[in-house]
Amino acid sequence: MERVNLSRELLHAPEVSRELKEHYGIDITRCYQCGKCSAGCPVSFAMDYMPRQIIRLLQLGMKEQALRSKTIWLCAFCDTCSTRCPREVDIHGVMEILRLEAKARGYITHKHNNIFHGIFLQLVKRLGRVHEGGLIVLFNFLSLQPFKDVLYGLPLFLKGKLHILPELVRDRGEVKKIFKRARSEGGVSK
Amino acid sequence: MKLAYYPGCSLSSTGIEFGMSAPVLAKALGLELWEIPEWNCCGSSSAHVTDHNLALALPARNLAIAEEAGLDVVVPCAACYARLKAAEAAVRSSRRTKEEIEKIIDRKYEAKITVRSLLDIIYTEIGPAKIREKVLRPLEGLRVAAYYGCLLVRPPKVAQFEDPENPVSMDRLLSAAGAEPVDWGYKTECCGGGHPTISPEFGLKILKPIYEEARYAGADCFVTACPMCFTNLDMRQKEVGKQHGTVYNLPVFYITELLGLALGFEARELGINRHLVNALPLLKHKGLLHPVKGGRE
Ligand code: SF4
Ligand code: SF4
Repeated sequence: MERVNLSRELLHAPEVSRELKEHYGIDITRCYQCGKCSAGCPVSFAMDYMPRQIIRLLQLGMKEQALRSKTIWLCAFCDTCSTRCPREVDIHGVMEILRLEAKARGYITHKHNNIFHGIFLQLVKRLGRVHEGGLIVLFNFLSLQPFKDVLYGLPLFLKGKLHILPELVRDRGEVKKIFKRARSEGGVSK
Repeated sequence: MKLAYYPGCSLSSTGIEFGMSAPVLAKALGLELWEIPEWNCCGSSSAHVTDHNLALALPARNLAIAEEAGLDVVVPCAACYARLKAAEAAVRSSRRTKEEIEKIIDRKYEAKITVRSLLDIIYTEIGPAKIREKVLRPLEGLRVAAYYGCLLVRPPKVAQFEDPENPVSMDRLLSAAGAEPVDWGYKTECCGGGHPTISPEFGLKILKPIYEEARYAGADCFVTACPMCFTNLDMRQKEVGKQHGTVYNLPVFYITELLGLALGFEARELGINRHLVNALPLLKHKGLLHPVKGGRE
């Protein structure tokens, strides 16, 4: 890898840093790479770039690489990183913004994750509420692992925790309209 | 105290125990809950990671209905609470956001009312001293690991009522009810949210140290205020134990179940017979299942 002079890079404020600052009030140039965010992150062991490294990529203007990372799909949005950052960098916020943009561009590095949230929202759109039984069944089916967690089905059902029929919001038109309008207002989902 | 009540979707299915015990306890503590009519799903993390406007508009519709009724909102589920609170904060902090959201939900919503978690209400408005007075069945000898997870305490600017690194509300309420909270390091560690379901291959790895630490600290059980945490902790113990050649057998309780039990309600009406890690043997062993004299009907 070629050498990079960071202070010079930061001085010239790559586009990405400026964008984050102007649109979202997040100043990633403050990050001094102490690593505290990565140390506390519960999912870091599965990530391809540590949270700290995502911030570094952005500081260097290498947004494309960050957008294609697994990290932004694995982030659990638990906010440990931002809460602990000594420089008050909102890393959680950065993960969120990158994730939305990656999704909009079709960079999907974790298919199951994408399928799961897609089904969840479809259910909300149709029913107004989430039907957890339906969610699990549809997810297993569409993610091609029909027997995943199947052992839990019966015990959950017997304990009254899974219902065959969903609960509905009576006026579902209102929720459907929210979905429609949210998108026309510039939300980023398809 | 009268409050608008937002139960959220889990409280009628995987979180059924919370759905049963929260109203029972609330009533015993003198809280009047008015369930928001025709409430809709808050969008949970799925809206949050998919569509910014949707993530604010879905919770905002519920808040608008409560605002019309002029009531502050109380939310038992930590995950729903985080989403509703985020919508409140977004609308409060920007006029433009307020106008956009109102357009999307086609209702008026000015964030004049406040969203609070049920735990916050019980801790701040009712308080450990009041709980102590009302205890009919002290939880003596029950060693509890209070597990807060992320959303009750973070981000601190949103969650507000607790310390993000060392929260104490559940510990203090449980002490007041006669239990012994253990000192442990995983109080606010994240349970992995959807990961144990979506990607068990690494999701289960997030849970193991939480079981391990609670056991190491000598806890008999976990206590939580989040259906997501509850389900992850309760449902996956067998599986994770098997992977590591050990057996975890730590029942998980909602805070409302244990406080309800201490106040004299029966295990069944609180939903305590519905857990996957059977909680009844532990309670029986500790002598906490006997009917109480002058107990509640
Ligand atoms: S904790 Fe903050 S300052 Fe430290 S590496 Fe992470 S983002 Fe940078
Ligand atoms: S919000 Fe994401 S990046 Fe930050 S600590 Fe949690 S999982 Fe890690």
